[in-house]
Amino acid sequence: MKLSVSALNSYYGPAHILFDVGLEVDAGEVVALLGRNGAGKSTTFRSIVGLVARRDGQIVFEGTDVSKSPTHAIVRGGLGYVPEERRIFTDLTVEENLEVGRQPARPGAPQWSKDKLFTLFPNLAEMRNRPGGRMSGGEQQMLTIARTLMGNPSLVLLDEPSEGLSPKIVEQMAHAILTMKKEGLSILVSEQNLHFARLISDRTYIIERGRICYSGTMTELESRPDIRDAHLAV
Amino acid sequence: MSFYIVQFLTGLASAASLFLVASGLSIIFGVTRIVNFAHGAFYMLGAYVAFTLTERLSGTLGFWGGIVGAALIVALIGVIVEMVLLRRIYRSPELFQLLATFGLTLMVEDLVVLIWGPDDLLGRRAPGLRGAIDFFGQAVPTYDILLIVLGPVVLGLLWLLFRRTRWGVLVRAATQDRDMVAALGVNQKWLFTSVFALGVFLAALGGALQIPRDAVNHTMDLRIIVDVFVVVVIGGLGSITGAFVAAVLVSELNAFGILIFPKISIILVFLVMAVVLVVRPWGLFGKPEAAARQTPGLSVRPWRPLSSNERLAFIGALIIAAALPLLGSNYALIVGAEIAIFVIFAASLHFLMSVGGLASFGHAAYFGLGTYGVAFLAKFLGLPMIVCLLIGPLLGLLGAMLFGWFAVQLSGVYFAMLTLAFAQIVWSIAFQWVEVTGGDNGILGVWPAAFVATPARFYWLALFVTALSVIVLRVLVFSPFGYSLRATRDSALRSEAIGLNSKRIQWTAFVIAGTFAGIAGALFAYLKGSVFPDNAGIALSVDSLVMVLLGGVETVSGAVIGAIVYKALSIWLVSYTELSKLVLGGMIVLIVVAFPKGIAGTFGNLVDSGRLPFFKRALPRASQAEGAE
Repeated sequence: MKLSVSALNSYYGPAHILFDVGLEVDAGEVVALLGRNGAGKSTTFRSIVGLVARRDGQIVFEGTDVSKSPTHAIVRGGLGYVPEERRIFTDLTVEENLEVGRQPARPGAPQWSKDKLFTLFPNLAEMRNRPGGRMSGGEQQMLTIARTLMGNPSLVLLDEPSEGLSPKIVEQMAHAILTMKKEGLSILVSEQNLHFARLISDRTYIIERGRICYSGTMTELESRPDIRDAHLAV
Repeated sequence: MSFYIVQFLTGLASAASLFLVASGLSIIFGVTRIVNFAHGAFYMLGAYVAFTLTERLSGTLGFWGGIVGAALIVALIGVIVEMVLLRRIYRSPELFQLLATFGLTLMVEDLVVLIWGPDDLLGRRAPGLRGAIDFFGQAVPTYDILLIVLGPVVLGLLWLLFRRTRWGVLVRAATQDRDMVAALGVNQKWLFTSVFALGVFLAALGGALQIPRDAVNHTMDLRIIVDVFVVVVIGGLGSITGAFVAAVLVSELNAFGILIFPKISIILVFLVMAVVLVVRPWGLFGKPEAAARQTPGLSVRPWRPLSSNERLAFIGALIIAAALPLLGSNYALIVGAEIAIFVIFAASLHFLMSVGGLASFGHAAYFGLGTYGVAFLAKFLGLPMIVCLLIGPLLGLLGAMLFGWFAVQLSGVYFAMLTLAFAQIVWSIAFQWVEVTGGDNGILGVWPAAFVATPARFYWLALFVTALSVIVLRVLVFSPFGYSLRATRDSALRSEAIGLNSKRIQWTAFVIAGTFAGIAGALFAYLKGSVFPDNAGIALSVDSLVMVLLGGVETVSGAVIGAIVYKALSIWLVSYTELSKLVLGGMIVLIVVAFPKGIAGTFGNLVDSGRLPFFKRALPRASQAEGAE
């Protein structure tokens, strides 16, 4: 098992947000975490990489419990995180943004170089020296993924990669994610867009009000329109 | 003509050190979001250590090795400070960070005197650069030429460091979004430590380079920090280019200001700063700050008016205080009156800081203006005491109207730096305008009228005015104006959205706070019988901050308790130890790190936990849900 989360509880101040969340990602798998706005998808991701002030539970990554580790140590261990808000360094150029993400190569994980990433996201290659602040939303989304891949992770958490993108860019994004999978990367992706999730993922979890309420393969979910209607916006 | 060119070159040479220190402050602020008040102390340490090293080492290499070595040693001290102290307060409110680093400054001042003695030290001249170059008949020291060249060189080196190295890219990224940098696998702790080390290195180098030009002494830290604050406010906090341009600007204004207004040259710098703030509040090269971080005041425990039991307790305490003349000696009464006056002063700052969310680092300005207001009326116009007491504080009000208008355009650390600079301007005017203020000799012979000439009567007068002031300020907190003010404190945006003019409300609060500080100052002038520039000094401004902090910044009555405890303690401390700054500085650091809720806050916690039933009250259940993302 690549990543195994169990009994994860998270809090913002006195508010309890996640309740006993559990999920697993196998090596080379793409798993979708589906749910409506505010269901707890982003909080789950932020909790896994330690960006939430108070959380408890078990987070086992490649056999090691990282639930007490600081964020940078978790990420250095090979668990990459792509935030929903993109959080591009707007004053830095595309190349400098990639430089911030650079980490040494890791055995057993696909390796990425700037050139390889420029092949994966050709748009970025044309704007190497452009400041991040002067890029479109789609370009920023590509840059934020490329930046995380520079760390040569073995698993990435992709928080809503299709959000706010035009249909054409969404297609490119799906293609890029499938290429990443082909390279051997494990991916946990959160989505509201069921069509997009269907394109890229093998298995799925549905989260609602901070609790996992369904898990199964993508094909199983296809055959359960009742679940889909109850927990996901259509 | 050549005279003006030489004057210009002297200004440029002075700009070099100012730029080094200001750029260090800017770099540290950019990444850690801490305005390092102790930056002046590191500058001063750099000068002292360089003095010792260059005395010991001989030759050209020894001199320059001593300068750089001093900067490195002080940078190492900076690393220790960062790891031991700053790492504990990165998530604290800005006010606490400023205070903790100020506490550090106080400690360094006493330590420096302990190690190097209180006298000015004259450092070695730079070997080979002792002479002067003849410039159209005017002499320009060669060392000044070196400094003039050094400024742009350092600027260029910093540019390369931040543009061409991985470390620089990481620092620039962290300046923008430090959590994201951590989420990309960078250990922030060491990034912060290295940035702090670089910033301190630059400050110490700035200090070390001054030793051939200026005497080294233990007051140079506050002198430079005020100039540096002015530089970063003009240039824009976080911008190195801004620090350079503003350092040159301020130094030139100082160099030529002496020719235009020899007595009050600082006025020129002030005018320029005021213009910059009106046009670009975030400085020439700065960027508008995102919403300021949480200021203290957002209490989990909701504020409410006193319960009837608490009113009884207040009246009881007042009666006991009024009975002091029956048992105390004259000395006790004078101390008592002084404490009462400081209760007004602290309460006025509390109103601005806790109720308004505006932490002023220069509140003594209005206290000082109050003292001079009384002194002018009494000495120049010969008005009777009652009239002076009523009109004198108006000088504090006028000062607060003028400075407050500029100050409330800013918030957070900019507000703190600007108020400090304003207070320093008031102090400088009092100090330099000898014809009117008497300068350092002050104005003597401001004696109270016959009917309050005995210590007991003056004590009662002070107590009466204090009780009245505290009640008025407290009533204001729970008035509609108080609610509006608290609304602007908690969310400027939302209060604007419901139709509150937040700038005007904050300005009004500033003026109210300044006026009450002026009242305190007016009484103080009569208590001491004389008026001095230090009545508007930085030390007094910080005293008031510590009083509020000690009492509890998040409470309504903290200032009163804090002022009584702190003033009594410090009067006692000064009479028992030579190292009062060391103890006081240590105390400030300790409060910030270990005891941030203060006395009244801790007391409130005890009440809430049910251990003090007399003060028990029904608590509205505040729901605190911030909601999921």
